[in-house]
Amino acid sequence: MAAAGDNAFLRMDGVVKRYGGVTALDGVSFACAPASIHAVLGENGAGKSTLIKIIAGVVQPNEGRVVIGDRPVAFASPMDAAREGIACIFQELSLMPDLSIADNICITNPPTRFGFIDGRAQSRRAEALLARVGCEDLHPLEPVKNLPLSRRQMVEIAKALGRNPRLLILDEATSALTAADVKKVYKILGDLRQEGVAILYISHRMHEIKALADTCSVFRNGRHIETFTQGARNDEDIVRLMIGRELKLVYPPKPQRTVPAQPALEVRGLCWQQRLQDISLAVGRGEIVGLGGLDGQGQRELLLALFGVLTDQQGQLAIGGAPVRVSGPAMAKSPKLGMALIPEDRKTEGLMLPMSIRDNLSLAALSKLSRHGLVDRAQEATQVDEAVRSLAIKAGDLDLPVASLSGGNQQKVVIGKWLMTGARVILLNDPTRGIDVGTKQEIYELLRRLADAGAAILLYSTDYDELIGMCDRVLILYDGRIERELVGERINEHDIIAASLNLSRKDFADGAVAEETA
Amino acid sequence: MTLRDLKLFLSANRGPLLALFVFVVMFSVFLHEHPRPVSVALLTAASNKGVVLALMAMAQTVPVLTRGLDLSVGSIMTMAACASSVVVHGPPEQAALGVGIVLAVGLVAGVINGVIVVIGRIQPIIATLATGAVYFGIALWLRPTPGGDVSEALSNALTYATLGVPTTFLLLIAVLVFVWLPFRRSVLGRGCYAVGSSEGAAYMSGVAVARSKIAAYTLAGLLAALAGLLLSLVALSGEASAPQAGGYTLNSIAAVVVGGTSLFGGSGGMVGSVIGALVLRTIGDLLFVFDAPPLWQPLFEGVILLLAVSLGAARVLRIKNRLELFT
Repeated sequence: MAAAGDNAFLRMDGVVKRYGGVTALDGVSFACAPASIHAVLGENGAGKSTLIKIIAGVVQPNEGRVVIGDRPVAFASPMDAAREGIACIFQELSLMPDLSIADNICITNPPTRFGFIDGRAQSRRAEALLARVGCEDLHPLEPVKNLPLSRRQMVEIAKALGRNPRLLILDEATSALTAADVKKVYKILGDLRQEGVAILYISHRMHEIKALADTCSVFRNGRHIETFTQGARNDEDIVRLMIGRELKLVYPPKPQRTVPAQPALEVRGLCWQQRLQDISLAVGRGEIVGLGGLDGQGQRELLLALFGVLTDQQGQLAIGGAPVRVSGPAMAKSPKLGMALIPEDRKTEGLMLPMSIRDNLSLAALSKLSRHGLVDRAQEATQVDEAVRSLAIKAGDLDLPVASLSGGNQQKVVIGKWLMTGARVILLNDPTRGIDVGTKQEIYELLRRLADAGAAILLYSTDYDELIGMCDRVLILYDGRIERELVGERINEHDIIAASLNLSRKDFADGAVAEETA
Repeated sequence: MTLRDLKLFLSANRGPLLALFVFVVMFSVFLHEHPRPVSVALLTAASNKGVVLALMAMAQTVPVLTRGLDLSVGSIMTMAACASSVVVHGPPEQAALGVGIVLAVGLVAGVINGVIVVIGRIQPIIATLATGAVYFGIALWLRPTPGGDVSEALSNALTYATLGVPTTFLLLIAVLVFVWLPFRRSVLGRGCYAVGSSEGAAYMSGVAVARSKIAAYTLAGLLAALAGLLLSLVALSGEASAPQAGGYTLNSIAAVVVGGTSLFGGSGGMVGSVIGALVLRTIGDLLFVFDAPPLWQPLFEGVILLLAVSLGAARVLRIKNRLELFT
């Protein structure tokens, strides 16, 4: 390989991995060098996850070999890989929620005295590592389950650093982080590179790859397509390599509106605990309204409140002009209200992983599909097939567990499940997090189609691009309040960032200039 | 210790502390209402009854921490008690050897459970249901009819009081200090918590999942055998009683839950389970001092169990985000 020459830390030769009849990796040769950040790009299902799993010892290849230095290795378990200095930060967090932060950070190799775990030494080590990732505010004895997702991800990073890795793998490790945390992670990765650590970086965010990577490798359909020095190819080329076709327009065109949309969802003075303060908003039929802002400013709570998950809320809610008080998801999804919430965490709130694709798709719409408490199987089959077709879900057999699908297809199932209820008010919580470009575009087109058909859509996204490209209006939340509403030309990166940081436009413009000149 | 440390400690130990509160209240009422004044003999009798269940609850705790369950603890206890009625007698050296054999029997039974669960990949509930039946069969084979001969010297040494404290209670404390505390702080013990909290994450973190689980069932077998030994020393005989074995198994699970260990694994501990066992045992004593007909005992036990578990679940009432109910 061009970039990783003979001094590679780890090399793979002709590695093949098959799951049943599906070939996930097809004769992949790959190498990564020490003191280098190596980005791995590819659509979901391209084989990136399998590649990582083989390197991390989670699965074993059917053919080919893995070489570290000049020594062939065969990892039977993650423990074997850890012994070779390979540490992994997975997209699906590998933390144990009931254990404390310190327990989690030191789980692989706890400090011991006389054969027993030394709690003090462990807390000290955890504190040092937390400080290194800039999370001094976390108490090492706090159970991980009490932390929000973004903090957990930082703990995960601290945990990997604590193993003094020689090869560090990050799989979408920044997807839940705040902008400030991402900066810290960049800094840490830069330091590690200087210390000679080999870093494999998997991300769907092009600007991260541009900021970090030395080398890029593109995977497609289980094959290693090309490796090149970062910067040697432009975005267009990279996207073309990833999907093997030209990707012209990422976002569907926004409709021009002459008359204001007829309101479908109206909220006035919504308050909950201290986390939501006096929220008023309206989403019209055919409108896509974006929710933006930094992570954890109340966006998630707002969607949950609208869906009736939070108790003790104050304020008024009206659907289609009629005031309602939503008692819970069961009422929210009833044909009368016709609401749907596509949740943030598809694995726990969106899907029943062991159940079949078919059962998952029809679950929310069962009351529509049944008569006298019995499911009408024929009607179910028709509608499920319809959903699979309209969402282009790539599944071999609908009776397989939904867990067998790739991440992007799982997300399509979550969305499809709610579309089957015939929802007219659709709430989405970061629906494209951690999924590939191709699926993202399909989801964008789908959302626009739904809006054009009259649905009211409230879309929370952590991706500025998505807010800019998709939304008719964007509401920026800050500290549980709606900080600003952006319309038309004002939906741009500068305004979004400024509002997210609670800065006036002028402050931000000055700051940006200062940063550029510095 | 800062205020934040204290808060974390309280929130981590809410279950056991609540159970302790319930126990203190119940036991105070019991002592207050008891016709005779508080005496060492009274406490010793209470302790001898309570400690067997406490040991059983401790045995059950470790598999539950790994998100498993051991339905064979009652049978292992019965098997150990029957074995004890066969081998624990004669001169001190011979009795000591017998004690060793009884404990070894429990240990082996526990290892077998662990190996079947881990290597056979059979769900703990069904694996231990099956092995439990086998162990009970062995108990019946050892002692087809109640009886046997258990060392009276050892019984006298263990079932009275030492320096005014019931000896069985001292034994219980010793097991907590010399078995549980070291285990909790060992890498294997940490592994049990990790496996129970999230087995996938534990595996990905390089935790010795198989070894931790086998250790959990082994420790359960060993402690159940110790409970069986004590049972035979109190009764001075052995008996393969199916209702007794079943009752102890179910009560051990109840005690674990009352003591604040989550059936979903990953949180809790043996100290809570001991308190839970003492709470359950005190119910019967309370009914006795209030002259309630003994037929009512199961009913009251059930009600108290529900109340105790509800206390632990009271946090649910304060939750404003209903999604948190399910995590």
